[in-house]
Amino acid sequence: MQTTFTILLDGLSYASYLFIVSVGLTIIFGVMKILNVAHGGFYAWGAYSAAYAIGLAADLGFPDWFGFVLIGLSSMGVGLVLGLLIERLILRRLYDHEEVIIILATFGLFLVLEDLILLVFGVNPYFAYQPMVFLGSVELGGILRDVYSLTLLGLAALVAFACWYALDRTKWGKILTTVIYDREISLAIGINVNAVFVWTFVAGATLGALGGAYISPTLSVAPGIGIDIIVLSFAVVVIGGMGSIPGALIGALMVGILRAVAVHKFPEFELFVIFVVMAAVLMVRPEGLFAPVKARRI
Amino acid sequence: MIRSALSDATIRWTIAGFLVLALVGTLFPNWILNNTMFGLAYGLAVLGLLLLWRTGLVSFGHALYFGMGAYAVALLERYTGATDIVMRLGAAMTVAGGTGFVLGFVLRHYRGIFFAMLSMAFSMVLYGVLVKTEALGSTDGFSVSQTTILGWQPQSKYPLFLAIVGLCVIATTGVQLYLHSALGHLTTSVRDNEIRVEYLGYSVATAIHVKYVISAALAGVAGGVMAMALGQVDPDSMVNWTVSGELVFITIMAGPGSVVAPFIGAITFEFLRTFAFELAPHAWQLIVGGTLLGIIFFMPEGLWSLTRLISRKREKVR
Repeated sequence: MQTTFTILLDGLSYASYLFIVSVGLTIIFGVMKILNVAHGGFYAWGAYSAAYAIGLAADLGFPDWFGFVLIGLSSMGVGLVLGLLIERLILRRLYDHEEVIIILATFGLFLVLEDLILLVFGVNPYFAYQPMVFLGSVELGGILRDVYSLTLLGLAALVAFACWYALDRTKWGKILTTVIYDREISLAIGINVNAVFVWTFVAGATLGALGGAYISPTLSVAPGIGIDIIVLSFAVVVIGGMGSIPGALIGALMVGILRAVAVHKFPEFELFVIFVVMAAVLMVRPEGLFAPVKARRI
Repeated sequence: MIRSALSDATIRWTIAGFLVLALVGTLFPNWILNNTMFGLAYGLAVLGLLLLWRTGLVSFGHALYFGMGAYAVALLERYTGATDIVMRLGAAMTVAGGTGFVLGFVLRHYRGIFFAMLSMAFSMVLYGVLVKTEALGSTDGFSVSQTTILGWQPQSKYPLFLAIVGLCVIATTGVQLYLHSALGHLTTSVRDNEIRVEYLGYSVATAIHVKYVISAALAGVAGGVMAMALGQVDPDSMVNWTVSGELVFITIMAGPGSVVAPFIGAITFEFLRTFAFELAPHAWQLIVGGTLLGIIFFMPEGLWSLTRLISRKREKVR
């Protein structure tokens, strides 16, 4: 019973973290049809800039809660600067290329972003534990847990709600839906598709950076942290259906729980099981497990 | 057979080129010899990816076969003690080709992004197994002892280099001959219009399956060569998704123009990486990634398009 509870809690907080990172990837894919490998770069940049800012603020004597403000600010900063630069300068010129060439270009961008981190932040790891210490820990089901990891659940719920609200209840959301369904018709009825692309990319990049920034206090931020998260978020996005936000939620929950079960019961299957499920989903339902049936366009 | 092969200009030039490489190799110091061997290993894998790319498919999971080949060599030695080059490469090719044959039944129905993602998922399954299995060396991998050639233990690296060059000649010639066979001629046709190919009476699925198995076997051999040249196998530099990315990267860098292009691309890549690492240890990925973007933007047909530039100039002079 207690293990079940632990597994569930671990799985849920890991799933929340995966959801925050993957939802940015899926939004970018849904609107722009770009599978963005550089997303791992946004994640790593978010983590580094937040960890750096939190460390700096602590040295300057700011209170510990200020770290949360810095997490928000640094992920927005990273999303805005990197998102704008990359979309405007590079991706914009590649939209007429084949999709696999664009994937490869984002792979190149990922390599560039990885090393820019080393040039800017150096090779030594960063530890930004202040926000975690600030929230302390709580006993749940007989095990002491840090509150910080639990707040991930709240943040994920917030992100999910914000995405739903923005897409379903605002004018912007309607425009976005139109572009997702048909780019050409959107242009014809006077939607500025270019602007939609830019802001979608910035929003996706911000979410990727937010995932990295929020998780940074719980780990040592060291070179190469972006590498594993890319394939994990690919798995999440593929399992739920590429381009679908509820899909990302379901994919994140499945991967999170599966991983937690594996870690606690069969540690040697931790990575294996995630990708077996990913491959199985692609073999049985390539559109994603819960993707709605789509009419084929002729 | 041999005469018909030699009537092909590309094959004659390839053989000549590799002969020159083998001769020049005698002058190479050890580090250049090593780097060239790594380049040739990557080149073999890229040769297979070139076949797929001409069909319009990009696999982001060929590290699966590359890693399998490498681990086949290492495990063969661990469990049977065999270190002979023929047995090593035979094992690498059989394991990778066999797996490719099985997975091909699934993958031949996929195109575009789904093909890329499913192959990546398959390769990450192997990565997940290798990283977590203590018996297979976990993240550290294990070492591979020196290769013997038909029972002879060479004292220097050159004989191995020579054997690898010979292997490349065979692979390149084979692929070139295949491309000129009936099934091979379907390569670009499948990319351009699958329905027409079907109407001509050929099976698109079979055409893709055959190419997939060839490319898997080539990647397996490439992994085996890499394990022998490096003397070491480990999951992160041989099976992780970044390796698949690098292989596709070299494919694009080399360009689809010729069966020799993969080797030129791969050797260039290997030296680019070495020099970048030497010059700027913390910025070599920046240089490599920047080069990739530069090639996509300014040289969409890859390095091979430079040769066309030269031949066009010659025509003008005439």
